[in-house]
Amino acid sequence: MTGFGGWEMPIEYSGITAEHMAVRTAAGLFDVSHMGEIQFRGHGSLAAVQAVTMNDVARLADGQAQYSALLTPRGTFIDDILVHRLGPNDYLMVVNAGTTQKDYRFIRAQAGSFPGVHIADYSGYYTQLAIQGPRAKEILASLTTTDLDSIKNYWFRWGSVAGQDHVLIARTGYTGEDGFELYLSSDPDASVRMWEAILEAGSPLGLVPCGLGARNTLRLEAGMPLYGHELSEERNVFEAGLERFLKLEKGEFVGSKALMEIQQSGGPARRLAGLEMTGRGIAREGYRVLSPSGEQVGEITSGSPAPFLKKNIALAYLAREMTTVGTEVAVEIRGVAVEAKVVQTPFYRRPRKTAASQ
Amino acid sequence: MAYPANYRYTREHEWIQVDGKTGTIGITHHAQDSLGEIVFVDLPKPGTNVEEGKIFGSVESVKAVSDIYSPVTGTITEVNEELNQHPEKINEDAHTAWMVKVTLSDPAQVDQLLTPEAYEAYAKEETH
Repeated sequence: MTGFGGWEMPIEYSGITAEHMAVRTAAGLFDVSHMGEIQFRGHGSLAAVQAVTMNDVARLADGQAQYSALLTPRGTFIDDILVHRLGPNDYLMVVNAGTTQKDYRFIRAQAGSFPGVHIADYSGYYTQLAIQGPRAKEILASLTTTDLDSIKNYWFRWGSVAGQDHVLIARTGYTGEDGFELYLSSDPDASVRMWEAILEAGSPLGLVPCGLGARNTLRLEAGMPLYGHELSEERNVFEAGLERFLKLEKGEFVGSKALMEIQQSGGPARRLAGLEMTGRGIAREGYRVLSPSGEQVGEITSGSPAPFLKKNIALAYLAREMTTVGTEVAVEIRGVAVEAKVVQTPFYRRPRKTAASQ
Repeated sequence: MAYPANYRYTREHEWIQVDGKTGTIGITHHAQDSLGEIVFVDLPKPGTNVEEGKIFGSVESVKAVSDIYSPVTGTITEVNEELNQHPEKINEDAHTAWMVKVTLSDPAQVDQLLTPEAYEAYAKEETH
């Protein structure tokens, strides 16, 4: 167990590699209740959410979610988030554990006095469990009559799971696999019963409980950023390569002016890139990235072995001209320059079913 | 866990087995247990001088890097290359998965190290 964002959480149950491989080949169950939930309610909630986020919630239908971010006026990250549109006047924002307080204060400062909206931190009300992997749907289907096939990627529905009503079933996740995140009441007994029901249904199919260690190796392999590593108040949206979630055309929001200026002045000097170690060694957060001639051209933000790909991978901010796929660099590991190359991200993409096999 | 009687131990969780002027060095069962799955070992070449209490290599789990400290002063004569391909052998049996062999410059240094009983007690303390 370890402290994480103010919570006591397991790094692993049976081993990081075993858990990682289970998610890629069968399924894994994660207790992600540490995540925060902020609710916006009232006829003014759309305007409030739009003012504090970079993506465009007006594009969402009821029952749909989107990846987004809260930005500083400089266009840098306060947090990365998911926004769920429960209804035109009802939005559920899911935020990182370590930043929940900061996010809530920011939102209240920016939109707290907007008309017709009630904004509240409901983090304590929700238990959140993630079931991820190619067999996640099959396992969850045995516990609910909700038609999971009709919940498309990044959509959600309220349903009954393992005898518990009013569970929000979202087709979202942080592993690069198909899967669901369940939001249910944080009542301790009900939460434990849900955890155990999923384990009981899933274990015969290869489901294992998974901790923070596998959560990190899975998201890294899938090329997904982690706040505090790839995203921070020192990194802007363009550097992080998340411009596809940035909708400047929706109207002004916190950070939009600064981002327009960055865009107009030719873009960022550094960009996030994926690295694969070609020499023997594991790149880790904070290690320097060097050009073949030995000058520093960047820094590692996350790095570890990739259990499924059986390579050592990393994410790093590099000088823009070094980010072309195939560029050869080196990572300084305990004083020694170990060879690496820039590769396409995501490092891993799950196999897609064809329409016929769906 | 039975810590071999003829080994000596350090507070940094290394073991050394001495035979005359040759010492064989590895990390303890407690160390591999704390680390979790070991995926990478970084050891110096034969001929490298090592110094008692100083870092001479590292061992990595999926999540973290851990330094290895030399229990003695001397020169490395042999390195267990098998650990490059199979670092997991340390998890399987830490007390037989040796890392390096060293020619000791001062065999008396070994007398300063912990006995199996002292190490076992120390390791138990650390866990709490």
